[in-house]
Amino acid sequence: MAENTEFVKGASLWRDAWRRLLKNKLAVFGLVVMVFMVILVIVGPPILRLTMGFTADYIPADGELIKSFPPSLEHPMGTDEAGRDLFARVLQGGRISLMVGVISTIVSLIVGVSYGATAAYLGGRIDNVMMRIVDIIYAIPYILIVIVLLSVFGGPNTPSWIRSMAETFGGVGNQGLAQIFLLFFALGLVSWLTMARVVRGQVLSLKNQEFVLAARATGVSTPGIIFRHLVPNALGPVIVYATLTVPSVMLTEAFLSYLGLGVQAPYASWGSLASDGVKNIAIFPWQLIFPGVTMALTLFSLNFLGDGLRDALDPQTRKF
Amino acid sequence: MLNFIIRRLLIIIPMALLVVTLTWTLVRIAPGNFYSTERKLPPAVEANIKKKYGLDRPWYEQYGIMMWNIVRLDFGDSVRYQGQSVNEIIRRHLPYSATIGLLAYLVALVVGLAAGIIAALKQNSFWDYGSMALAMLGLSVPNFVLGPILVLAFALGLYIFPPARWGGPLSLVLPVVTLSAIYAAYIARLTRAGMLEVMRSDYIRTARAKGLDETTVLLKHGLRGGIIPVVSFTGPALAALLAGTVVVERVFSIPGLGNIFIQSVLNRDEPLILGIVAFLSILIMIFNLIVDISYGFLDPRIRYE
Repeated sequence: MAENTEFVKGASLWRDAWRRLLKNKLAVFGLVVMVFMVILVIVGPPILRLTMGFTADYIPADGELIKSFPPSLEHPMGTDEAGRDLFARVLQGGRISLMVGVISTIVSLIVGVSYGATAAYLGGRIDNVMMRIVDIIYAIPYILIVIVLLSVFGGPNTPSWIRSMAETFGGVGNQGLAQIFLLFFALGLVSWLTMARVVRGQVLSLKNQEFVLAARATGVSTPGIIFRHLVPNALGPVIVYATLTVPSVMLTEAFLSYLGLGVQAPYASWGSLASDGVKNIAIFPWQLIFPGVTMALTLFSLNFLGDGLRDALDPQTRKF
Repeated sequence: MLNFIIRRLLIIIPMALLVVTLTWTLVRIAPGNFYSTERKLPPAVEANIKKKYGLDRPWYEQYGIMMWNIVRLDFGDSVRYQGQSVNEIIRRHLPYSATIGLLAYLVALVVGLAAGIIAALKQNSFWDYGSMALAMLGLSVPNFVLGPILVLAFALGLYIFPPARWGGPLSLVLPVVTLSAIYAAYIARLTRAGMLEVMRSDYIRTARAKGLDETTVLLKHGLRGGIIPVVSFTGPALAALLAGTVVVERVFSIPGLGNIFIQSVLNRDEPLILGIVAFLSILIMIFNLIVDISYGFLDPRIRYE
């Protein structure tokens, strides 16, 4: 019986947040667009292959067709210079872009939360040293760290666990995919710093608050305090910040692709498609517009969703 | 206060040296080097190159020599751009990045503050939603997409501004607008949140209660507290702007420092990398110090011991 009441109480925190989120029209818009986008990039490519015969790297055998055509009924987003259907490439690129966003954020979440919580929990001199290390890494341009990580562990030096992950998805000897998996980790390893600060700040402010004292006074056990009182309160900002990390990582990937360091052919991401499109902007504007707008719409929705989640989940900033 | 400033200034030196050390380690861990090309060099040539740049010595000696040079602010010569010192390269390319960076931040500050204040004062109105949606758009469009679109519309379409190159104030408009978009968006959001919080605080009620007119309450009392998040954002943003103008430099063919830095990393031009990293990290820390000092002027409740 006691177990049961606890469960109901625990659920109401999230149900409350969910109710508040649904009231926020912009956040709902973001959520709907994201769900639609995820379904589209998952089921889109196989449907397109079965109905029209287009894949992301399908080049028509007819030499007349190997040029960039503007959008038409057959190719809703037009074709690229090699005659490949841009819609198929944007869908395929969406898989990579969304995966970069989500997996890199998970990596940064794992590193950042454990680092920040450890620093705040141990406190004192260890906390001081750990946070100065964060300050120093902040001062190194992240682009340098990414380039070094990509070149140290790229090519033949790719760690075998990354390679076997890539092989699970893309077949044996798939170096292009291994490179993309490496990118997930490189981006994750440069975006955990703010997360560590957020978590540390949360744990620091929470561990001395009255409600923790009250809980201790009424005899709640230490794990009980941590999991029933501290974690739910710290989780809000973490989820919110994670939602906002996804678009920022996707932007960073696009920037790296623009510099020629990100996703390489034959794979594509929205960033690499858009940066290819930039080169031909005056002649074939659709090559930039479709990947660019798709990416901007996705980031737009993710940002609105992140904002909405902050209002719904973070009681501290939910004032207005 | 003076004590605080001196202490913070002194701590910049070891911090910058640590940053340089870490960067040096990163560059050394990475495989490859500045002299290797597609073709393998004859062993004698390679040995001579190593000797010339002191690469034949043990790593701790190389590290010691590097640190000693940096302490004396002598970053040496670029190994890629023959015969040019790192200091010279930075001095030559920094003005371009600094000009568009500072202008872009000024534009972002004016636009962002105005939009943020209006949004906060007319909360939940058309102006609030409109400016926040625009800000969100600014955060969502990559600048390498925004830049070319602006060029297409205003340079190649309407012939108002030159599409690229450096020369004359008109040529600055498109790069500055491109660069400032994301910062204006950030500042607008920070200002709105900060103002909303401050305008509900007790000291604003006190200011109104003693009969000050709304403009004074808003500008003298509200804004000072409300822009504190913007001030915190300014330090890192300015530093990023001075170096992080790579995309804009490439889109508009501007010979700035950002592109030089990316090239130096790709070329493994160690002296140039270390020089730029040392320069930027000191700049970041000085900006952060100025930001911390200015808190005290903005919010009298903040004191430094």
